[in-house]
Amino acid sequence: MSASQETPAARALARVDGPVLEVSLDGSWRLGGATPRWRSVVGSEKPAGVRLRADGVTHWDTSLVVFVGEAKSWCTKAGVECDIAPLPEKMRLLGSEFARSLEAGTREDHAQSFLHEVGLATRHAWLQAGDFLGFIGECWLGAKRLVVGQSGFRWNDCLAEMQKCGAMALPIVSLISFLVGVTLAYSGAIVLRRFGGDIWVADLIGVSMTREMGAMMAGIVLAGRTGAAYAAEIGSMKANEEIDALTVLGISPVRFLVLPRVLAVGLMMPLLAMYANCMGILGGMAVAYAALDIPPPAYWIEMLTIVDFSDVTVGVIKSVVYGLIVGLSGCRRGLQAENNAAGVGKAATSAVVTAILFIIIADAIFAVIFNVVGL
Amino acid sequence: MSDPKPNSIEVTGLACAYQDRRVLEGVTFSVHDAEIFFIVGGTGVGKTTLLRNMVGISTPVEGDVSFHGRSFTAADPAARRDMLKTFGLSFQGGALWTSLTLSENIALPLEEYTRLPKDEIARIAAFRLSQVGLEGFEDYFPSEISGGMRKRAGLARALALDPAIVFFDEPSAGLDPVTARNLDRLILEVRDTFGTTIVIVSHDVDSILGIADRLIMLDNSTRGIIAEGKPADLAGGPAGSKIVEFLTRRTVRSG
Repeated sequence: MSASQETPAARALARVDGPVLEVSLDGSWRLGGATPRWRSVVGSEKPAGVRLRADGVTHWDTSLVVFVGEAKSWCTKAGVECDIAPLPEKMRLLGSEFARSLEAGTREDHAQSFLHEVGLATRHAWLQAGDFLGFIGECWLGAKRLVVGQSGFRWNDCLAEMQKCGAMALPIVSLISFLVGVTLAYSGAIVLRRFGGDIWVADLIGVSMTREMGAMMAGIVLAGRTGAAYAAEIGSMKANEEIDALTVLGISPVRFLVLPRVLAVGLMMPLLAMYANCMGILGGMAVAYAALDIPPPAYWIEMLTIVDFSDVTVGVIKSVVYGLIVGLSGCRRGLQAENNAAGVGKAATSAVVTAILFIIIADAIFAVIFNVVGL
Repeated sequence: MSDPKPNSIEVTGLACAYQDRRVLEGVTFSVHDAEIFFIVGGTGVGKTTLLRNMVGISTPVEGDVSFHGRSFTAADPAARRDMLKTFGLSFQGGALWTSLTLSENIALPLEEYTRLPKDEIARIAAFRLSQVGLEGFEDYFPSEISGGMRKRAGLARALALDPAIVFFDEPSAGLDPVTARNLDRLILEVRDTFGTTIVIVSHDVDSILGIADRLIMLDNSTRGIIAEGKPADLAGGPAGSKIVEFLTRRTVRSG
């Protein structure tokens, strides 16, 4: 029956026939339209039997199947006989099938209790910690074999990664470090001007860029840029069974994928950090010249009175560690990713979060250590 | 065992889990030398899980897998690497390394395990590609070729080291019937030429009836093997059994 014709509404007319409740269905039964529900038809009646007829039905779909199924299941529960013999065969079959699917006990309950969930989460965290240590150990062994010259290292991959995480990151590192220099200079000037010490802006910027901000800014940029890329690359390789293909060939994914990347970012970070130092100092110099009337030579000479080689060393040491953190957390999260597209996205996000978290923690530890050793 | 052929693979009492859920228990079977052996069953019965446990991608919960009489499950890493050299695995989607060209994909196992000069490795890679009908595609990246071609390239990579045993995960999944039969012919050729032992996970009945020497059927009901034997013998078994239905049911429409 075509839907464009006038469609009579779906109806279910109940008629008491002795002890039996006879329900005649008619009209057009469509899922989108208003169709009667069994509950409202039967109301609070307690018939001794139910009979369903569908003589006047012009069109039907699952909405009618639901009605028949609910009727059957109600009858089973109430212990009354349900006569669906007058219905067409297909309706009978589907209705019975629907009633069966309503029966309790067919659905598997795999929800866990709260305690169970907590236990599972704790176990998961414990296993993860063990996995992470195993991963670090594997990287260490791989690096050792590399130094001893026992294992073939993929230098081509490493060089390509160096270009990606080093040279190609220069524009963003330039911009961010320059702006950090500018911001520091303005906010430093507010305090220093009170004491008539505008020129000390040079000292402030010099020390904070070389010791802290250069490495930190480069680290954060690389966490977002390179760490996320590593996690996504390795994660999608995992989803694509490429990691399994390596394993089955007896090729360690750590040696093949992780070491070239970690080494690349570990080597590039100090260079980027030193470059970031220069850009930050340049930013401070620009502000000092434009807003504080300090000529660049004076700025430079003043800065050299306080910044020495040890400050630069501190920055470089930190940047190497930050680089390793970015590389390791990116690769680790990639290898941990679930084997699907959503897993790749999650891995990239958590790589960035992990890297930044560990960079901040490492920075705090460095602050204490350098204070103790007097650097 | 009445068969005089020695066994390439012996799986004993293997139990495997998929995400902490045990899907297979007490799986025991053996694969003879130079045999084309199918692991069949409906979707979700653990065929691929069994394969992954056999080749060491996953670790079995219990039981043992041995190749040519040496235990693989209990082997130390060095021995394991030695054994891994002797088999190839062709993945469902090809699993080619996307950052490498087809030629480099095939060259990698050769670079890892042989001391051949680079130009010779490149020649072998080109030969392998031509064996699977992909001559001329050496410098293509996996993303530049079709799914069926990727699968064939995956097979070429699996064959790179002339392995004694090759595993296939659903070789014909996602391929049209003609390409699928060509792949079957290729598998048969490899076995006949090199005497390679072939283990195939599949539910493609045409493939099974076409090239299988023997098969096992896995099923959820027992979490293990419900039938084992030659396809012709199994298909002639008692009507109504799952294996007979699996092998003979071709149409839904009657008449």
